[in-house]
Amino acid sequence: MFIFLVRIIKYGFQSFIRNGLLSSATIAVMTLTLLLCAGLIIFGSAGKTVLSNLQSKIDISVYFKNNVSENQILAIKKNLEKLDEVDSIDYISQDDALAIFKERHNDDKIILQSLEELGYNPLNASLNIKAKNPKSYEGIANYLEKEVSPEFIDKINYSQNHLIIERLTKIIDTVRNAGLILALVLSLIAFLVTFNTIRLAIYSNRESIGIMRLVGANSSLIRGPYIVQGFIISLASTILSMIVLVPIVYGVARYVNNFMPEFNIVHFYWSNFFYLFSIQFLVGLVLGIISSIIAIRKYLRV
Amino acid sequence: MNEELVYFQNVSKIYNSHAVALDNINLKIIKGEFVAIVGKSGAGKSTLLKLLIGEEKPTKGRIFFEKQDIAKLKYSELPKIRRKIGMIFQDFKLLPDKSAFENVSFALEVAGFAPQEIKKTVPQMLELVGLKDKIFNFPHELSGGEKQRVAIARAMINKPDLLIADEPTGNLDPLNTTEITKLLLKINELGTTVMLATHNKNIVDMLNTRVVSLDNGRIIRDEEEGQFII
Repeated sequence: MFIFLVRIIKYGFQSFIRNGLLSSATIAVMTLTLLLCAGLIIFGSAGKTVLSNLQSKIDISVYFKNNVSENQILAIKKNLEKLDEVDSIDYISQDDALAIFKERHNDDKIILQSLEELGYNPLNASLNIKAKNPKSYEGIANYLEKEVSPEFIDKINYSQNHLIIERLTKIIDTVRNAGLILALVLSLIAFLVTFNTIRLAIYSNRESIGIMRLVGANSSLIRGPYIVQGFIISLASTILSMIVLVPIVYGVARYVNNFMPEFNIVHFYWSNFFYLFSIQFLVGLVLGIISSIIAIRKYLRV
Repeated sequence: MNEELVYFQNVSKIYNSHAVALDNINLKIIKGEFVAIVGKSGAGKSTLLKLLIGEEKPTKGRIFFEKQDIAKLKYSELPKIRRKIGMIFQDFKLLPDKSAFENVSFALEVAGFAPQEIKKTVPQMLELVGLKDKIFNFPHELSGGEKQRVAIARAMINKPDLLIADEPTGNLDPLNTTEITKLLLKINELGTTVMLATHNKNIVDMLNTRVVSLDNGRIIRDEEEGQFII
């Protein structure tokens, strides 16, 4: 058994080296496929970061009338936190609201002056509510209108913002679905191109496969070297793809940063180096081995 | 002696349900015999040999090699039988990306022989067929006659019970044809049964052995020390 394994590995390496041109062509095609695969992973992650960032910017705020005490607001907050749809709630007291307002209008002396002349804090305390899913905001707004006495509430900004929230939710869903479909289509094309390249490579070896059968080689001794070659080709392609990715990642970093400031593509590449390497190697290996086994089956029936 | 090695029993082969390649063939071959299968192109010579190595399945009948029914073997059982049958072909069928040494040693490697034994026996066999100096040459660096010698060395390295030769001289010049034919006769003298399919009259007349003549898929003549008459 061991001697057959050694021979399978030897034949695999021998054939890889002696059919250099064919091996290089297969590596080139496989590298392109893996680059596409890595691109999909990187931009998938970028998309996810941007979308979750966008989602975190959506919230609804409930402004309470000035006669509502802090304890009453905190009791409402506690009740709201019991809802499954709610992710987090921030309480902003009147004082906090004033501090934020002052900070925001730091440069506008007229506004600050008129606020001082007023002599009291006109701003409302509020609760900023973030939902786990942007689709839940309507439900939360309805809950507030029904369960909290209208005497407490000055305004809920959902009714003002709900068009924007709905539109954003739709955009997020569309981008996510379109990305998935695009990834699937591109993966299918890459798979077909690689599969057919490997099929052609094996087709050019069909006579040799027949000869091996006639000399008395069993199927595993013929199939084995192709699996070894699949391993070498996917390893070489992965290394090549990782090398090619470096200048690409550095090259596009500036443009990506303009579009998505929250996503650092260079940092993503280095911190996920082994993840990217393993995924590409695994995709290459599965693609190479499955294509070989399917392509070779026909020629083994001699 | 007189032990039966090959037996075709009522064998027919029909392609695409109407093209009859072999029609009710009955043929026995005894161990140690040299049998020439002769006939025109399309007479069914190659089909007969293909059936014997399991490359094709008969439409009807049974084919025995050492009492084993070849047609009933599964694909996975064929390699074992093929290691007992040496084969040479008109187009040599050498592995193009392997040297002469590797082509011959491949037959031993697939049978699981140890590397030391392979290193010892392969050069000896190549020397025997007169290729001592071209052991490490690749097929594209060899002439037709030399390629056929490599093929013979590969066929004989396993010490097979039967050597099948399908038009082995079809691509060779007259000098190489004579040389290869002599080599086959020598192999037979050393005890290996040989089945030679050919349409070359000169070879058959030179052999002076049993001749089985095929025409349109039927055996029309089977003579000890026969001649090429069609």
